Amino acid sequence: MDILNILKLALGEMLSPTTITFVLCALGLAVHFGFTGLLNFGQAAFAAVGAYGMVISIDTLKLPLFLAVLMGLLCSIIFALILGIPTLRLRADYLAIVTIATAEVFRYFMTTIGFSKVTGGSNGLSQFGAEFWALNPIPEGNYNFGFVSYRADQLYVLMVGWGAVIIGALILRLLMRSPWGRVLKGIREDEDAVRSLGKNVFFYKLQALMIGGVFASIGGMIFVLNLSNVQPQVWTTNFTFTIWSVLLLGGAATILGPIAGGMIFIALISITQGIMGGLVELGLLPFLTQPDIAQIRLLLIGLSLMLLVIFRPQGLFGNKRETQFNV
Amino acid sequence: MDIALRAVMGRFGRLLAAFTILISIFGAPILSQASAAQTDGSALIITGTVKNEKKPVEGVEFRITGNGIDEIATSNSEGKWRLEVEKKGVYQVEILLESLPEGVGLRDPEANIREANLNVTNTAAVLFPLGKDTRVIQPIGEQIIIRLFAGLNLGLLLAVAAIGISLIFGTTGLNNFAHGEMVTFGALFTWLFHVELKLPLLVAAAITIVLSAGFGWLQDSALWKPLRKRRLGLNQIMIVSIGLSIMLRQLYILFFQGDTKVLSSEYELVVLGPINTTSSSLVSMGLSVVALAFVAWFLTRTRIGKAARAVSDNASLAAATGINVERIIRIVWVMAGALTGLAGILYGLQFQANYLLGAQILLLLFAAVTLGGLGKALGATVGAMIIGFVVELSALIIPIDLKYAAALIILIVVLLVRPQGVLGKKQRIG
Repeated sequence: MDILNILKLALGEMLSPTTITFVLCALGLAVHFGFTGLLNFGQAAFAAVGAYGMVISIDTLKLPLFLAVLMGLLCSIIFALILGIPTLRLRADYLAIVTIATAEVFRYFMTTIGFSKVTGGSNGLSQFGAEFWALNPIPEGNYNFGFVSYRADQLYVLMVGWGAVIIGALILRLLMRSPWGRVLKGIREDEDAVRSLGKNVFFYKLQALMIGGVFASIGGMIFVLNLSNVQPQVWTTNFTFTIWSVLLLGGAATILGPIAGGMIFIALISITQGIMGGLVELGLLPFLTQPDIAQIRLLLIGLSLMLLVIFRPQGLFGNKRETQFNV
Repeated sequence: MDIALRAVMGRFGRLLAAFTILISIFGAPILSQASAAQTDGSALIITGTVKNEKKPVEGVEFRITGNGIDEIATSNSEGKWRLEVEKKGVYQVEILLESLPEGVGLRDPEANIREANLNVTNTAAVLFPLGKDTRVIQPIGEQIIIRLFAGLNLGLLLAVAAIGISLIFGTTGLNNFAHGEMVTFGALFTWLFHVELKLPLLVAAAITIVLSAGFGWLQDSALWKPLRKRRLGLNQIMIVSIGLSIMLRQLYILFFQGDTKVLSSEYELVVLGPINTTSSSLVSMGLSVVALAFVAWFLTRTRIGKAARAVSDNASLAAATGINVERIIRIVWVMAGALTGLAGILYGLQFQANYLLGAQILLLLFAAVTLGGLGKALGATVGAMIIGFVVELSALIIPIDLKYAAALIILIVVLLVRPQGVLGKKQRIG
C-alpha cells in the first residue's frame, strides 16, 4: 500500500472541480438550510437547471458563453419561483418532499426521449465547451506545485472555480451580516416572531431560495464545463445528499463550513477508499473485492450523515446554539 | 462524552453489528458466486437471455446505445446475448421488435427499452419477458380498461407499502426516507430464500415477512427510540433516515450485487376480456386487498389499533389516558416492517428486484401518503390508488418514460390546492 500516493490523490481530489461544485452547492444550501431553515432536498436540481440552462443556450440557441451563463442563472431563479411559490407557505417537511420530487421530475424530463433533440436524452450533450476553453489565458504546458501538477486547462478550471467560491463566499458574508441576513436568521429561529415585526416571511424565504439556488447553478455549470458534457444521471438524490453531508460536516450556519467541510469531506473519503483498497490488495479484507470499494464511498456518505446529525449537529465550525432549531 | 451519548453509540453499534451478522450469514453463498464470476477483471458486460414459454428464442436483436456506442447484439441458440463495452455508465438496451418470431411479443409491450446500469457492477443483465404478441392496435376503450387494471394493480401494491409510512408518520412524526429500503428488503430476501436457497415460495415469503417485521423492530429499538429519547428534532431525524437509506442501499449492493433478479419465472397467462395478466398478478392483488382489509380492521376494531390512532391524534393526551406510547410505536414499527416486506415480495414477484427497487418507488409512496393526508392510514390507501391510476392512465397521453413524473406533478398540484390531502382535516399547515 502506497500511503504517499493515497495522500497525493486525496490532495488532488480536495482541490478538484468536483469539490468546487460540492462547495458551491453547499454554500447555496447553507443559505437555504443553515441560515433560513428551509429543508431543500432538491439541490441537485438547482445545479442541473443551471448547467442545462447554460448548455442548451449554447447548443440550441447559439448564444455566446457570457449570455448563456446569465440564461442559466435566470433559469435557476425561475425554478426557485416555481418551487417556492406553492411550497414555502407549507410546513418544512412538505417542502422537503416537494423539492426532492421536483428534482426527480426534472431529471425524468432531461432523460426522456421526447425532448432528446434539445436535451440529448440519457446521452446528454457534449458540444458546448469550445468557447470556454478558448478563453483560457494560461499558456500551454505542465505546472508543478510540489505534490501536484496540473496541465494548463486543468489549472484554468481550478482558477475559475475557486475564484467563484471566494467571490461567492465574500458576497455571502456581506449578505448574512446585513439587516437582510439577520431577518433570515430570525425566520430560522422563530418565524412567527419575525412575522409579528411586520416582515413578509414568505418573500424573504423566496429570496433565500433563489440566492441559494444561484450558487448551486454556478456549481453545476463548473461541473459540466470541466467535463465538457452534461448527463442527466449525475443529478440524482445521491448528489443532493452528498452536498448535505458536506454542509453538515462543515457546519450548516457558517460560510467557512461548506468550503472547509467540502475539502475535508472529499479528502477523508478519498483516503478511506485508498486505504481500504490497499487492505483488499493485501488480502486483509477477504470479504470485499476491488469493485466493492467504490460502493464504500456512498456508504460512508450515508453513515456520516447519520453520525453528524446525531452527535455533532453543528458540524466542525458551527455554533451549537444555531442548530437547535426545529422548523 | 456523556453516558446517554455513549448508550446511543453502543446501541447504534449493536444495530450495525446485528445487520452485518444478518447479512453475512445470508449473503455468503451469493458473495462466493459473484466473486467467481468476476475473474476476468475489468470487462464490462451487458447480457441477457430471451425465453418464450421457457424455450430460448434465437436471433432476437438488441440495440445497445449510450456513452458513445451504438451496437447490435443477437441472441444465440440458448437465447443468450451479450455485449462487452469499455466505459462505465448507463446504457439503453432496446429489443428490436421486428426481429422477434411471428406471434411472440413483449409481456409488457411498452417496455421495449430498458436501462443497463454499469456504474456499480461489471455485468448488467437486461431481461425482456416475452409472451403473446399484443402489438395489435387496440380500440381506445380497451386500452383504457387495460390501463385501469394496471393502475389498480400498482395502486394496491403502493397502498400496502404506503400504509407503513403513514402509520410511522402518524405515531412518531417521522417522514421515513429509509422506507423504500424496507420494500427492497422484502424483495431481495425472498429472492435469496426462494431462488438461491430453493425454498418453496410460500415458505420463503413467510420467513421474509418475519424478518421484515424483525427489521422494523430492530430499527426502532436500536435507532429511532434512542433518538426520540435524546429529543432530536424531527427534521434532524429525517436526515438520519436519509443517511440510513443510502447506507442500506450500499449494503444491499455489497451483499446482493447490483444486478436485477427474477424472483419467479413460473406464471400462467390469464386472459380477462382485453386484459392479459398473469396468475401471480391476480394472487398479488388478492393478497394486497386482504392485507389492507386486515389493517383497516386492526385500526378500527382492536384495542391496540384504536390506541395507535389515539397516539396519532395526540400523543400526550393518549399517554395521559394510560396508553403506553412507546409500546404502541414499537408495535407500529413491527407492523409497518411486515406490511412493507409483503409489499416488497409482491412487487418483486410481479416486476423484478434489485437494490434500487424501493428507492425508485419511495417518492410515489410519499406522494400517496401526502395525497391521502399525512398520517391517515386509510388516506394513504386512497392516495396510493390515485397515484396508481394516474401513473398508468397518464401513459395513454404522455410518453411512457414520463409516467412517474406525472404522479409527482399531481403531488405538487395537490399541495397547491389542498395541502391537507384528500382526506386530511382542514387545519393550519403553514
